Amino acid sequence: MALKIELKTSPHLKDTDGVAQIMRNVVWALLPVCAFAVWQFGVSALALIVTVTLACVATEHLFNRLSHRHGTLSDWSATITGLLLALTLPPGFPLWMAAVAGFVAIALGKAMFGGLGFNVFNPALVGRAFVQAAFPAAISGYTQPGLPGRFLEFIPTTLTLPFTKPLALDGFSSATPMGEWKFNGMITSAGDLFTGMVAGSAGETSALLILACGLYLALRRFMDWRIPAAVLGGAALTAGLFWFVDPGHYPTPMFVLFSGGLMLGAVFMASDMVASPVTPWGVWIYGLLIGFLTVVIRYFGGLSEGVMYAILLGNACGPLIENLTQPRIYGARKVRQNAGNRT
Amino acid sequence: MILRLFRIRGGVHPPEHKHPTASRPIEACPLPARLYVPLQQHIGAPAEPVVQVGEKVLKGQLIGHAQGPVSAPVHAPTSGTVTTIAPHAAPHPSGLPVVCVTIEPDGEDRWESAPAETDPFLLTPREIGERVAAAGIVGMGGAAFPSAVKLGAATRTPIHTLIINGGECEPYLTCDDRLMRERAVEVIDGVRIMLHGTQATRALIAIEENKPSAIRELKRAARIDERVMVVRIPALYPMGSEKHMIQTLTGRELPPGRLPADLGLIVHNVATAFAVHRAVRFGRPLISRIVTVGGGALREPRNREVLIGTPIEDLVECCGGFAEEPARLLMGGPMMGQVIPWNAPVVKGTSGVIALTREEIHIGETRACIRCGRCVSACPVGLMPLEMASRIRADQFDGAVDHGLNDCISCGSCAFVCPASIPLVQFFNFAKGELVARKTAQDKSQVLKLMAEQRQARLEREAREKAEAAARKKAEREAAKRAEQEAAARETGT
Repeated sequence: MALKIELKTSPHLKDTDGVAQIMRNVVWALLPVCAFAVWQFGVSALALIVTVTLACVATEHLFNRLSHRHGTLSDWSATITGLLLALTLPPGFPLWMAAVAGFVAIALGKAMFGGLGFNVFNPALVGRAFVQAAFPAAISGYTQPGLPGRFLEFIPTTLTLPFTKPLALDGFSSATPMGEWKFNGMITSAGDLFTGMVAGSAGETSALLILACGLYLALRRFMDWRIPAAVLGGAALTAGLFWFVDPGHYPTPMFVLFSGGLMLGAVFMASDMVASPVTPWGVWIYGLLIGFLTVVIRYFGGLSEGVMYAILLGNACGPLIENLTQPRIYGARKVRQNAGNRT
Repeated sequence: MILRLFRIRGGVHPPEHKHPTASRPIEACPLPARLYVPLQQHIGAPAEPVVQVGEKVLKGQLIGHAQGPVSAPVHAPTSGTVTTIAPHAAPHPSGLPVVCVTIEPDGEDRWESAPAETDPFLLTPREIGERVAAAGIVGMGGAAFPSAVKLGAATRTPIHTLIINGGECEPYLTCDDRLMRERAVEVIDGVRIMLHGTQATRALIAIEENKPSAIRELKRAARIDERVMVVRIPALYPMGSEKHMIQTLTGRELPPGRLPADLGLIVHNVATAFAVHRAVRFGRPLISRIVTVGGGALREPRNREVLIGTPIEDLVECCGGFAEEPARLLMGGPMMGQVIPWNAPVVKGTSGVIALTREEIHIGETRACIRCGRCVSACPVGLMPLEMASRIRADQFDGAVDHGLNDCISCGSCAFVCPASIPLVQFFNFAKGELVARKTAQDKSQVLKLMAEQRQARLEREAREKAEAAARKKAEREAAKRAEQEAAARETGT
């Protein structure tokens, strides 16, 4: 039994925001994005979101039991990981693979580091990276949005039995705008990208909706607005530079900003508090780096999408960035050197 | 003329809760049945009692003599009889007693001397310092550092700017606000006396923008002297911190280990200025002060002019008592104030007595740090509270010091904003105390080691001297023997 000690030393006042409240609001902000995914992709998306979230929460619970800890389910962080992870997967992703992704996200991405607050990487992206490597075929099968029978029947791949290969997506498959550009040289209109009526992962299709939800979080101070701003700014700058040099070959910065998972990644993943730096300058450097890496991976990497790896790389650089950008202490002439080795 | 202001880093905006007391005038408090006047109400050495049990004292009479260079005398707040000179609960969370002179008032409230006005501007700066020291004036913002010592610094280093702190950035507290609104002329007079006493060329009275009436009143009163300027500063906690007030007004940062006087500055509280006015112009010692009695648990929150030594109990009673049982009873504001025992008296540094309800405190369950970085944004010193706390938790005090533990001003902004309810500033205060304790223990062991070494050296020296003396004696004996033998040989030879 934990001993409860009431501290009676100053400050005797406390701001009202709590961890659970912050996390709960992130969940609220994610719900419209989830709802839109279900509207676009039907029951498959709903099953996917529910499966992944349940897998994450169950894994968190399991590790709580194993480590005799209590109460971390009530902080909603596992729910956020589940929702975010589901939103990054293709809508027709086999459910059993989705459950594996959820397990890996919490087990390897979070619990192994010591639970909430200690993870170096965004847990949702750890899960996503795992299934990207484990099931490369399944994770690149995208479907068209708004199919007529979407609320009545599953996308065939969704119900693939465990340890069997998913069926081919005949009649359903569709390339993402990023894939269209990268492999076929076709540009999707910015309007379609903005409203989200395009193929893609479950929750990354509507830039407008994601921005609106992000704005809510930023206004209520539940998210550091500087991180999405820096990521999007970094991506726009890098893309703008390429476009300026060779407008015939490279897409416009607008296309880069609104296509693929950049918006979802910038607003909901790069801004993950635990895995991002906390220093004032560090936040900007971290965001710009992710934006830059996203565009570079998209243009020169083997995959059509680069946000996931860009954020994971950004997370890995976080401690270093934080160490180099320690704030100056009042009255000190120089910035501290090497004081911030995170252990 | 408009003074350019400078931004400070970080800071927080706690809910102000100033309205209940700010809108009502200062009221007096009835004489309590007993006054407990502590002999130590200031930083430095305690005063030495100069009265005896059973002695009759008059209002303003010296009852405790200042001891040492940093100390302050204590005076009788009213006329009456000294009943005891014994330890009594001090306004400190430990509840440890401090020696108090207990006075039973006779109800006549008779002054020791008739009022006499002096023109302070005919006095020399040195005389002003002496009068301030004799009146027992200490910093009234809460730190209670003897004011005369600060004023005296001006005789060693030239002071160009006198800063008067009317920030009052702590929530609930309005005693300075009311003082400035109701006694602006007296405050300005005190400021001008301090200007004369320090020979500074200007005085800046800094008041937070959330006190527009105080700003207006003081501006009006300050018209008589163009050296005195009232400055409206942003309302931000901890604006009242000396370091941050200096930065806001001058753009300069106080280097570590330096005093404001090193930059030609001196900072005093508005209430101190008022006390200086009374002491120097009218020869009245510091025996009362204005205290904000507030908090949600009180029935009638008010500003009261209270005699030093009044028990908190009586003070609360004269404010209608409690509407509900307070979860915490504090001296000072809620951000940096301390929990005090119920029977402790009001002292010179008591700016407020705040009784908070459970809802007002928001005690949250401590959770894991989610690295949200709010503490980093809130820290006015530029520290990384989350990193310091994780070091201290792991008992790595040196690591915490590397992160700037010693620069922490204990303002509590970090703990206020922490959504995980981690007791950040409490960790830092603990670590600071622990470091002092370790240093003391280390010094002690070094002294012991030195003593042991010296003893060893002494024993060795003594042994050596003994041996040498023995050898010398032996040699002498042998020489004598030889001389004897030689003499005998010579005798036999002749």
